[in-house]
Amino acid sequence: MNDFFTILTASIVAINCALLGVFLLLRKMAMVGDAISHAVLPGIVIAYYFSGEKGSVLLLVGATLSGVLATFVIDLFSRKARVQGDAAIGMTYTLLFAVGMILIATLMQGNADIDQECVLYGDIALVNMDKIIIDDNLYIGPRALYTELVAGLVVFGSIIVGFKGFKLLSFNEDFAKSVGIKTSRWHYYLMGLVALTTVVAFEVVGAVLVVGFLIIPPATAQLVTHKLKAMLVWACVFGVLAVIAGYMAAVYFNVSITGAMVTVSGSVFALVFGIMRLRRSKSAKSVIAAEI
Amino acid sequence: MHSFTDFFSFSNANVVYVVLGMICINASSALVGTFAFLRKRSLIGDAVAHSLLPGICFGYLVAGEKNPVLLLAGAFLTGWISIFLVDYIVRHSRLKQDTAIGVVLSSFFALGVVLLTYIQKTGSGNHAGLDHFLFGQAAAITRDEVSLFVVILVIILTVVVVFYRQLVLLSFNPEYAATIGLPVRLFEFVLTSLTVLAIAAGIQALGVILISALIITPAAAARLWTHNLKWLMLLAVVISIFCGVTGAYISYARTAMPTGPWVVVTLSLITLGSICFAPRRGFVSRYYIRRKNSRKITDENILKTIFKLPGFQNQDTELTFTRVNLTEIRPFDTKELHRGIDRLIRRGLIQKSGDDFVMTTSGRKESARIVKLHRLWEQYLLRRTRIDTDHVHSGAEAIEHIITPEIEAELERELGIKGIPEDDY
Amino acid sequence: MKQDIHAIEVHNLTVSYDGRPVLWDIDFNLECGKIIGVIGPNGSGKTTSLKAIMGLLKPSSGFVKIFGKSLDEVRDRVAYVPQRESVDWDFPASVLDVVLMGRYRGTNLFRRSNKTDLEIALQSIAKVGLTEFKDRQISQLSGGQQQRVFIARALAQQADLYLMDEPFVGVDAATESAILSLLQEMKNQGKTVLIIHHDLQTVSDYFDYLVLLNTRLIAKGEPHEVLTKENLSNAYGGQLTLLSKIVDLIRQNEFPVREKGVDL
Repeated sequence: MNDFFTILTASIVAINCALLGVFLLLRKMAMVGDAISHAVLPGIVIAYYFSGEKGSVLLLVGATLSGVLATFVIDLFSRKARVQGDAAIGMTYTLLFAVGMILIATLMQGNADIDQECVLYGDIALVNMDKIIIDDNLYIGPRALYTELVAGLVVFGSIIVGFKGFKLLSFNEDFAKSVGIKTSRWHYYLMGLVALTTVVAFEVVGAVLVVGFLIIPPATAQLVTHKLKAMLVWACVFGVLAVIAGYMAAVYFNVSITGAMVTVSGSVFALVFGIMRLRRSKSAKSVIAAEI
Repeated sequence: MHSFTDFFSFSNANVVYVVLGMICINASSALVGTFAFLRKRSLIGDAVAHSLLPGICFGYLVAGEKNPVLLLAGAFLTGWISIFLVDYIVRHSRLKQDTAIGVVLSSFFALGVVLLTYIQKTGSGNHAGLDHFLFGQAAAITRDEVSLFVVILVIILTVVVVFYRQLVLLSFNPEYAATIGLPVRLFEFVLTSLTVLAIAAGIQALGVILISALIITPAAAARLWTHNLKWLMLLAVVISIFCGVTGAYISYARTAMPTGPWVVVTLSLITLGSICFAPRRGFVSRYYIRRKNSRKITDENILKTIFKLPGFQNQDTELTFTRVNLTEIRPFDTKELHRGIDRLIRRGLIQKSGDDFVMTTSGRKESARIVKLHRLWEQYLLRRTRIDTDHVHSGAEAIEHIITPEIEAELERELGIKGIPEDDY
Repeated sequence: MKQDIHAIEVHNLTVSYDGRPVLWDIDFNLECGKIIGVIGPNGSGKTTSLKAIMGLLKPSSGFVKIFGKSLDEVRDRVAYVPQRESVDWDFPASVLDVVLMGRYRGTNLFRRSNKTDLEIALQSIAKVGLTEFKDRQISQLSGGQQQRVFIARALAQQADLYLMDEPFVGVDAATESAILSLLQEMKNQGKTVLIIHHDLQTVSDYFDYLVLLNTRLIAKGEPHEVLTKENLSNAYGGQLTLLSKIVDLIRQNEFPVREKGVDL
């Protein structure tokens, strides 16, 4: 039963990340997603220090804001201080992540809830410790599952309702502005959703490996389809697939669960990439053969 | 403070290793980082750094212990593979470079995490210290490692010095470099190898996640201070070493503190300082330049207005005027007018006589010069563009303040006008 | 139809990028119902002028009026066709998807596209001759076909004023003549089209009115008035070295292009 709940929780993380990752990728902002996921760390630590618990609303809001702050700082660096774009991304996330690490070393000494390991790969194995039990003895799953579910509803709902907006923003921002769409609102809304998702995912998969969930499944999906809706579906499929297979592999080899999930995800990418290459070179060869 | 004297007296052999190690690491990465920055490939360093983790674990698994050379070899290998893969994915699919970087770095890092937990859980041999590679612990630098870092620095320095011109050309304009017969791919290979080498050396102290800051930030900060490439490199190296030693000291003084984060934070502080205070490009100096400009504009507008006073053309009589005379011709802001006149008095262009002001000879000259510049520009606009005559004046309004003597001479030559143009719009 | 209302009025428009004026004191009025060309050398601010008219760039001084009103009041009557290279054609979308985007507005983003939208989109696709490709992925189209997709999207907006950035760049002969006959049809319906163009050979055939730019407005008027030797050498012949020196000085010294409080 515990296995089931762990996989279920991680699957929802994977789906949330995959949905948002698709739009990050199409906006060529994959590395901004990377930056946000690192940058939520100081927010998480500070909010945790003040609230003293993992599930608090304060933590959610504070950390999400620090993620959005990161995109804002990147913007500021590149536009006002004339630092080139990718250097601005690198500078911002390393700084915020470093601040997070220092805060952990000072504020969290001897605290097992947030330490360096959990930053790296989360506490997915411990997800089941924090149970929600109703009617005294009916175990309906870990608390993290429900947090993820709520975040999932927000992400899913936003994408359904704002599908046209996100699509237009990703394809042609200037055109979107020209028909009177407030693109910067949409931009920060998307960044906010990414930050929220990484914050919520923090305790499950950590701040670093969440990037693997955000980027790899959408990238794999982009290899197999030319349709946006199909890409969203495929990204979720690849994400969940990696979660299930990764979990089993991790249990079998007794290694980090999150690490195994992302490794599997990367392997699936490599496999799909290889198949697509093979198919293309085959069809190219048959064209040449036909011409001869 | 006790730890401060302890640390900087270098009486402790460990401290010497740490400082020497940090100097080598930071100098190496700042050098290669400058080229990465110039080639706008800063984030490649990020991909490489994350990808070193599995290599280190492989190195450990092969050696069965923390053998610095084998760990470095493993790291170098996977680092190189990661760069190759990023390029390969970009070239053979429609994925963009940042997506490819993201895919490669997270896959490799995850593999590293898997291997690391595998090593920890199988518990064979002495694996203590492997996790230093995650967040960096400068204090753990050993004598053997220092010698290795020195070798790496020497290699990088030699290549950069010997092939300086080729590398600059490659970073600045690879297409042109190829047309003049430079083996571009070879030098790209060399540069990439050096980058991987520098990063591989640095992760011991900074950790895989933060090491990319050592590649990116020093060059970005130094860029704000200089346009000269050699100074840029030197400055990047100096900044980086300073921050490296500071970080090492802090983690020496407080053992719970990891080194990497403090190096990054000091680096970032220096960058933020540069953004504020760098000459010409910094916020502060830009503010001062703008203020100087707006004062110049006010002063010259006052002079221009004086030119329009009825008595100006009469050279023999003294030209006296009041502030009201001026505001009748041009609506000045009272405060600005006061300050502007004070400045003109200090420059000796105006003299105060009672409540009135008197124009000096040099003041008359300056007035005439400004008006001349204004009218010259009007003529230029009329000649070169089909500007409507009712727009000529406003088009020239701001420009008279910026025309330098050289441009003035060129305007006269191009328009064939001597002295003040007659026409006024 | 009131004749005195201009399709576009540009008043003393100055747009700076990074402290450097890219467009400087531009001033022109364009009549309705004409096909107007914007020409000038590379980097002369053509695209910038279009973006400023479309409100995508904030001018440092001056203003633009469209049909005598501010852009926000008449946004539904203006269609913008960006440069083809400005988007990633690997984006996962079909021809129909992109053309349907022409029906998007700030106000209708949250509802599904309805039947009318679909019909209009299909008609627009038919007008540019892409009906058989309507379900094709945009990455699999030729350059000319991609350009036609963009024009179909603009048609779907059913506007009165069309702003097109270099629609003739990199297109095949078939696309070029297709676009030209569409332009005639639009003109006959009383629509106004503003087109950025780079090929001086064809300008007098394509356009009723020309605006010649090189940072400043060099000339405006009917093609025969604008295409004089003097104007062209002013715009293209390196006659504006002093102007570009001043532009550099402005940027280096953080100088304002316009003094505050100066009336336009």
